[in-house]
Amino acid sequence: MSEKVFASSAFNDNLDSRQRKARIWQTILLACTLLGILVLTMMLVDIIVDGAGWLSPTLFNNNHSRFPEKTGMNSAIYGSIYNVLLTALFCFPLGVAAAIYLEEYAPKSKLTNFINININNLAGVPSIVYGMLGLTVFGRMFGLFAPESPLVNFFNLPVEAGNVGGLKFNLFGIPGLIIHLPFGRSLVAGAMTMSLLILPTVIISSREAIRAVPTSIREAAYGLGATRWQMIRTQVLPVSFPGILTGIILAMGRALGETAPLIIMGAFMYVPFLPRNIWDKFTTMPIQIYNWITLPQPEYNIHLAAAGIIVLLLVLLGMSALAIFLRNKLQVKW
Amino acid sequence: MENNIRDTHLKNQSKEPIIETKGLSVFYNNRLAIRDINIAIEPNKITAIIGPSGCGKSTLLRTFNRMNDLIPGARVEGKILYNGIDINQKALDPVGLRRHIGMVFQKPNPFPKSIYDNVAFGPRINHYTGNMDELVETSLRQAALWDEVKDKLKESGLALSGGQQQRLCIARALATQPDLILMDEPASALDPVATQRIEELMIELKEKYTIIIVTHNMQQAGRASDNTAFMSLDRENIEARIGILVEYGKTEQLFTNPRNKETEDYITGRFG
Repeated sequence: MSEKVFASSAFNDNLDSRQRKARIWQTILLACTLLGILVLTMMLVDIIVDGAGWLSPTLFNNNHSRFPEKTGMNSAIYGSIYNVLLTALFCFPLGVAAAIYLEEYAPKSKLTNFINININNLAGVPSIVYGMLGLTVFGRMFGLFAPESPLVNFFNLPVEAGNVGGLKFNLFGIPGLIIHLPFGRSLVAGAMTMSLLILPTVIISSREAIRAVPTSIREAAYGLGATRWQMIRTQVLPVSFPGILTGIILAMGRALGETAPLIIMGAFMYVPFLPRNIWDKFTTMPIQIYNWITLPQPEYNIHLAAAGIIVLLLVLLGMSALAIFLRNKLQVKW
Repeated sequence: MENNIRDTHLKNQSKEPIIETKGLSVFYNNRLAIRDINIAIEPNKITAIIGPSGCGKSTLLRTFNRMNDLIPGARVEGKILYNGIDINQKALDPVGLRRHIGMVFQKPNPFPKSIYDNVAFGPRINHYTGNMDELVETSLRQAALWDEVKDKLKESGLALSGGQQQRLCIARALATQPDLILMDEPASALDPVATQRIEELMIELKEKYTIIIVTHNMQQAGRASDNTAFMSLDRENIEARIGILVEYGKTEQLFTNPRNKETEDYITGRFG
């Protein structure tokens, strides 16, 4: 119709064909979106169908057993929670401090640039690499504390042989504050490895939160005679805190789901007890699920594995919900 | 050094200029932004800085409390004397200086805190030892905001209207007991009624304070200021975009009988 109205124009506007093309593209984009959602939904439905019937108090309260109806993932749930909390404890101060330094203090130099690029690169390093690093550095400490190592012989250190051997001492002589060197297969070693893994993500998300603090209130604080640190402590940190927190919770979610580094670290084993302290062995939910999948009975490799995945997903969903809730609650509305 | 600054309220009684620049030039990354500014600001007067966009008005204003230090690559040449003290000397900490020279920005920028905490911020970080409640009230009264907010001091400063926010920012600046207040287009984001209130407030404040205001609004400069400085880009080398001080004098004289042709053109609206 428009062609008729503007027929004399020098434009061959071809409106029908252009609009048809637009509709086709809209359909393609919609189809792509739906395809992703469809596959995800199918996976979720499949898991729920297989596993929902196996969600029971037993699953939460018991540990692995050779009888499927008596088996549970108690030690894995607690292992995961302890591991993630310890990871947050290591990661939060380090990541936020690094983010503050890089955003607020670091001079614009080639070195800063180099660090920036490599933080982004580190966020993309496969997790198994962090597992290897964690095993060497935290788990074994380069074998420095093995019996007959040069260090042990030179200082004549009282090391023990065996699986949880190495050097044990009380830090500052305080009774409860025992340090084990190397960290071995402990929660500490696992959490430190996870911290390495999520540190780049934490730094990046914290930096984004810090950068989002408006220049105007920074200038206002300086204008009133604030030092740089006063400006950061009183303005930048409170305003960026919700964003920082959200980033850390989401990074913790990633740590919760990671399997590969912990398998390397030696958390892939039967741990029928809860960790009593941070030097204990532990196992985690994804590892427990992987364990069940490798067993031949369908009760384990279909139903219990699916039930375990549901539990893991519920915890992850809960953490994401918490992140969204905190962000909405604490966020400054300008 | 600190002691010299602390006694400025006494020195203010004299007719000595509160701020005086001598051959002041500012560079950003070695690019000249303003050149050879010589200006003496009278105490207890309102001095307006006018001029076309990009001529360095804000740059000049921001040298007075060394806010330009915060911009990487910014460098100052020449002298700025504040009550006779060279503020760019190594021994002087700009953090200490800024308590004495308050600043109000173009867009109202209250902190996302309560009204009370906004005003108390400056005194707190500078370890004010007196009665905080009194200081907050006095500052808000001076900024003509007390009656509007006295019942909601715990509410967020961001909940106020634009004009109220700007007066809150003025109260916040007054709370550190400065003697000079720098205002960078304080009314440009406000409606005419709120603008008028800010202008009336400025005239009340000059009893106790010296005010330097950068403004795009020539009527505002004409109405509110005692002295006016007209800045513009150097005509000899217009490509380089170097800001210079073209004319400086009594507002009345500058507006009615400018000595410089360029000033006249700008004031009569023929350019800018």
